[in-house]
Amino acid sequence: MDVLNALVAFANFVLIPGTAYGAQLALGALGVTLIYGILRFSNFAHGDTMAFGTMFVILVTWGFQSAGISAGPVPTALLALPFGIAACALFLLATDKVVYKFYRRERVKPVVFVMVSLGVMFVMNGLVRLIIGPGDQRFADGERFIIAVRDFREMTGLREGLAIKTTQGITVITAVIVVALLFWFLNKTRTGKSMRAFSDNEDLALLSGINPERVVMYTWLIVAALATIAGTLYGLDKSFKPFTYFQLLLPIFAAAIVGGLGNPLGAIAGGFVIAFSEVLITYAYKKVFGYILPEALQPDGLAQLLSTDYKFAVSFVILIAVLLFKPTGLFKGQSV
Amino acid sequence: MKKLLLATTATALMAGAAFADGHAKEVKLGIILGFTGPIESITPMMADGAELAMKEVSDSGMLLDGAKVTPVRADSTCVDAAAATAAAERLITSDGVKGIMGADCSGVTGAILANVALPNGVVMISPSATSPGLSTAEDDGLFFRTAPSDARQGVVMTEVLMEQGIKSVAVTYTNNDYGKGLADAFQAAFEEAGGEVTISASHEDGKADYSAEVGALAAAGGDRLVVAGYVDQGGSGIVRAALDTGAFDTFHFPDGMISAKLVENFGSEIDGSTGQHPGTDSPGAAKFAEMAGDAFDATSPFSPESYDAAALIMLAMQAAGSMESSDYKAKVMEVANAPGEQIFPGELAKALEILKNGGDIDYVGASAVELIGPGESAGNYREVMYEGGEEKTAKYR
Repeated sequence: MDVLNALVAFANFVLIPGTAYGAQLALGALGVTLIYGILRFSNFAHGDTMAFGTMFVILVTWGFQSAGISAGPVPTALLALPFGIAACALFLLATDKVVYKFYRRERVKPVVFVMVSLGVMFVMNGLVRLIIGPGDQRFADGERFIIAVRDFREMTGLREGLAIKTTQGITVITAVIVVALLFWFLNKTRTGKSMRAFSDNEDLALLSGINPERVVMYTWLIVAALATIAGTLYGLDKSFKPFTYFQLLLPIFAAAIVGGLGNPLGAIAGGFVIAFSEVLITYAYKKVFGYILPEALQPDGLAQLLSTDYKFAVSFVILIAVLLFKPTGLFKGQSV
Repeated sequence: MKKLLLATTATALMAGAAFADGHAKEVKLGIILGFTGPIESITPMMADGAELAMKEVSDSGMLLDGAKVTPVRADSTCVDAAAATAAAERLITSDGVKGIMGADCSGVTGAILANVALPNGVVMISPSATSPGLSTAEDDGLFFRTAPSDARQGVVMTEVLMEQGIKSVAVTYTNNDYGKGLADAFQAAFEEAGGEVTISASHEDGKADYSAEVGALAAAGGDRLVVAGYVDQGGSGIVRAALDTGAFDTFHFPDGMISAKLVENFGSEIDGSTGQHPGTDSPGAAKFAEMAGDAFDATSPFSPESYDAAALIMLAMQAAGSMESSDYKAKVMEVANAPGEQIFPGELAKALEILKNGGDIDYVGASAVELIGPGESAGNYREVMYEGGEEKTAKYR
């Protein structure tokens, strides 16, 4: 019984929140890594792209809610998702045409591209604040919990409770589906293969007749979908606030780099590494040890490796360690 | 050359004397508040409160034999110490104010006190700076506040929790001067009263994810979670995550969390929680609201305290018979506290009359002012509880 209690406490405070956060980071990092692999620059505007797509999802969700359309137990925002992706894709394609295309034709250095994306970031930042405002927006509806703490305790008779939020469940399921689709697309379809060819060797790809503009267009479309889905899932699970999305950029880049920039598998692994390192190292294990260790061995203190103040330091220490010892990341991406 | 110098000095002196004479009937008071910045939504009502007191005194014609009081506003920005210092410098050197009603936020208040008020020897009374650090700041007897120190709030929180039989709590605070000061003050008071703080961990505002923080808080355990944060910021994120994971069912909220937004966010989920924020049921508050009428919202936070801060400066001047800070600074505590006749808002003329005739007053004002220790409000708090998804007043203490 005690072992079960320990497991449940661990799952409730580490495993489940960490998995959901990891999935959100992984989806964000996938977008960053695709742009790096195919368009060959670090897109600083990614956090705000997520905010931009999510904003449209929220606006459409509000429209649905006032029109009385709902998705039953799951959040209405899932119905609005395709509209948000479409709007975000249109915006990204327009940005590419107006801004990035020029620099691509000039064949500028990657660092120039990074600076350009910084400019795009500020513009998107401002647009989002102008349209929906800088404050918190809540748009989650439907059932809040798959399993609530109280129900779980009654069901099992355990002392520890376990909660799984609907949004956490949806996050993980959606992430799995999206990743499966993405890998199928990249590995099995003609367009996906041409994208990978373009990523591996641009000149060779051009020689074999791959249309670069087409590859670029598909990349932006996929990035728009990934960013909007990641942003919406994150907003459903926590809350939507433009500033928080801007701050998400740091853990997302950390995830992409740890996994290996340009490598989709690495982005997913990186997302979970970053999420779990934040939670695992700063978790106080007092309760868990209290259940499984004999009384004599139980810790007096909190059994916490690092105070939560340092949770960001943890992910960056991992980032630095990876860059020092394996500059291409865990999964052999391109070196930074 | 020597003669010329002498002549110039003499002229300047005479001009200065004439100038002073001509303006003997005018007293300028500075109002320095964050009219831009994080608390810009409440500062206009604070300034209105202070100006109401000044108008009342001017209209009575009793201050120092008929002096008029003119307010001069300046922007403290709440966060930018350099800008606040420059604004205060301007008030004193170019506008020639005789006292300062302000500043508002603890950080800029400390900066103005150390860099401007102290070197120039000008009295300042803050209506809203609550950091315990200001209690021990060097002030030459020039600094007072009509807001209580958060050290006092820590004691009140302890009393509320102890009365409910809560002996063990976890604390999380927003990582800034306010959060840290309040959390430390509370921990000291709570442990002295025999309670146990299982963990005191900070959280950053506006962050992506709070599961690590809530995980640590839950592992440490405790009967209740004290959230010394902001309702618009990380505080609500922590409460949300704690409720969702079942880490804590009930909370205790200090002043930064008490707001209509809290009830809107969580409704009946926080039933059984408690909290407190500065407030009073003294008749002064109602009189103040009546005087303000439709001109401004007199229940806005720190608006009554601002009225009281301005009133205290003018009453102290009257008691000292002088508008110079060095003369009247010693009188502030005297007029604020017993013995003497109790003075409520709207009775400033009566108070000035009593003081003129050499009598004693005990200024109560809009916020039940009682200055203690190094010249700060003893502090009255409104204890709130959450029941059926609503915020209710438990009592005043």
